[in-house]
Amino acid sequence: MIDILMPRLSDTMTEGAISTWHKKPGDRVSPGDVLVDIETDKALMEYEAYEAGTLAEILIPEGRNAPIGAPIARLDDGSDDIRPERIAATPLVRRLARERGIDLAAVAGSGPGGRIIRADLETSREPAREKPVTVPARPDQREPRSVPFDPIRQAVAARLTESGTTVPTFTATASADVEDLLALRAQINEAHADTGVKVSVNDLLVRAVALALRAHPGVNASYSPEGRGHTLIHRRIHVGIAVASPAGLVVPVVRDADRATVTAISTAARDLAGRAADRTLTAADMSDGTFTVSNLGMYGVEHFTAIINPPQGAILAVGAARPEPTRRRLRYTITADHRIIDGALAARFLATLTGLLEHPLRVVA
Amino acid sequence: MSVISYRQALHDALRGEMLRDDDVFLIGEEIGLFEGSYKITAGMLAEFGPKRVRDTPIAEEGFTGAAIGAAMLGLRPVVEIMTINFSLLALDQIVNHAAKIYGMFGGQARVPLVIRTPGGGGQQLGATHSQNIELYYAFVPGMKVVAPSSPADAKALMLAAIRDDDPVLVLENLALYNTTGEVPDHDEPAEIGRAAVTRQGADITVVAYSRMAAVALQVAARLEEEEGIDVEVIDLRSLRPLDRDTIVASVRKTNCAVVLEDDWLTYGIGAEIAATISDGAFDWLDAPVRRVAMAEVPLPYAKPLETAALPSAADAITAIRETLDAVARRRPS
Repeated sequence: MIDILMPRLSDTMTEGAISTWHKKPGDRVSPGDVLVDIETDKALMEYEAYEAGTLAEILIPEGRNAPIGAPIARLDDGSDDIRPERIAATPLVRRLARERGIDLAAVAGSGPGGRIIRADLETSREPAREKPVTVPARPDQREPRSVPFDPIRQAVAARLTESGTTVPTFTATASADVEDLLALRAQINEAHADTGVKVSVNDLLVRAVALALRAHPGVNASYSPEGRGHTLIHRRIHVGIAVASPAGLVVPVVRDADRATVTAISTAARDLAGRAADRTLTAADMSDGTFTVSNLGMYGVEHFTAIINPPQGAILAVGAARPEPTRRRLRYTITADHRIIDGALAARFLATLTGLLEHPLRVVA
Repeated sequence: MSVISYRQALHDALRGEMLRDDDVFLIGEEIGLFEGSYKITAGMLAEFGPKRVRDTPIAEEGFTGAAIGAAMLGLRPVVEIMTINFSLLALDQIVNHAAKIYGMFGGQARVPLVIRTPGGGGQQLGATHSQNIELYYAFVPGMKVVAPSSPADAKALMLAAIRDDDPVLVLENLALYNTTGEVPDHDEPAEIGRAAVTRQGADITVVAYSRMAAVALQVAARLEEEEGIDVEVIDLRSLRPLDRDTIVASVRKTNCAVVLEDDWLTYGIGAEIAATISDGAFDWLDAPVRRVAMAEVPLPYAKPLETAALPSAADAITAIRETLDAVARRRPS
């Protein structure tokens, strides 16, 4: 907003009288436009605008006097407009926001430069308001059999909902040539033919993962919301193993897996799996895990992703070893909590793991 | 269905049309005795004789003009221009005559002319013999420009071009001549102006033509296998008329797109595709349209530099990954 002041139109002038306003409030004003006629002690003179804008207000009406330098009118030049900063959002997002009545100011953008992309809308969409339960007008034509959650299912559902909705994750996949690892496993089992020890690929994997975690402690970590947030880097490495039990998914933990031999891991894992089958696992068996390995290789799954088991920072999803084309490769995908683990760290962890799996003697010794 | 080369498919289409229609004749440099620089016209002179397989002097303007005159009088000439680079010598004939006669003279004469010519770099032929200047013709109303990427399309689009009553430039490609694929035995022409969705996908639209359409399919297969990315590939097949509907429908489905082109980026075919997407799918875009094109230099002769300047599968993969990252949709499945 600019104040238009009574000008000095002659050397002897001390005040001027407004004779005629040529603009009225709301009129556009361009530089050079005659704003007002002013009568001085000497003459009647036209007074022109120097700035562009809109005449906002006349302070001195026609016929009245004002001293030099006194404001006679106000010009709105747009300088007071506070323009909201333009929100970066893709055209698709703008359209969806219009259609769904979403206020983009309330959405955090995760695209390049903070641009709001469609994925951000999907995560911010408000949960549908719970509808009052109504008696169905007719029997459910899908004829469902309702299976109430048992405590394990309840825990799985609650934890994974928490994980899936509150933990920002990313995934990264790598693969290793495991021909030598498989040969070593056969050798170990041959050597143990009479002791009853039978080492699985997963046992070797758990050991390799534990060693890789030791090399990259940042992956063996948990998010803590304390204060402004903390990364809890765990000194102990307890690897959880996802097991499909009759009661559902359970994750017993091999403690200090980085300090255990492969045969010790094998024995522990076998014991835990047996007790999972018997439903005799205790809460202690399933607590304190710092990382989880979920292996669907035995089902022939090539490649999948897993959901983090909170409060752990990451989980590794392992597929089956498959010939590519002659030597067998194993694919594994890490899902990591991006609040505490960055992509490069996960990549370095995977590289270490790949190196271990491809040089399996380093896994056992 | 037979598995044959792109070269053979072109030959079969030409020979089939020569047999079907006595008005069809071939004209160009070295197409008779020498059987064509790229051997598309092998055996034609022996089979059809010098009246219908005309060797010419090295004079593109002259023989293109002669063919335009023949077309106006009812014949169906198929001109071979050895590479698209030499078409510049006939630019006035093509742009000012072939493309304009029908409209400028009130429809008194049609110009059912076909110009066959290969584009493409990567053969160490130097900057003047390695260009992708199909845009010059696709720019001109009155012209049609088709660009097959597969042996099947090479045949079907060549049949369509010869049977079309307007001038059609058939863009062949040096790097595609030896590629092979299944080709129908029948002589069913393609529809000029219709793009093909050569691969259905949900994650991202890749638009390409000619050699890059073949590269696009390879890239899509690799990304599917390695990263679970579901790429939809659109092979334009026709640069003019341009099948904007197919492009727009695809981007409305996938919300993002990458264009692969063998020509230069600035003012290139990809710019037209990007504008088409902006016009027809603006409210469906979740990321800017990316273009992968040739480096903005006269194509170098030295092999490493030539390779570096040409768009590659790796360039395409990078652009696709970065675009998917920008929409947070790249997650290995």
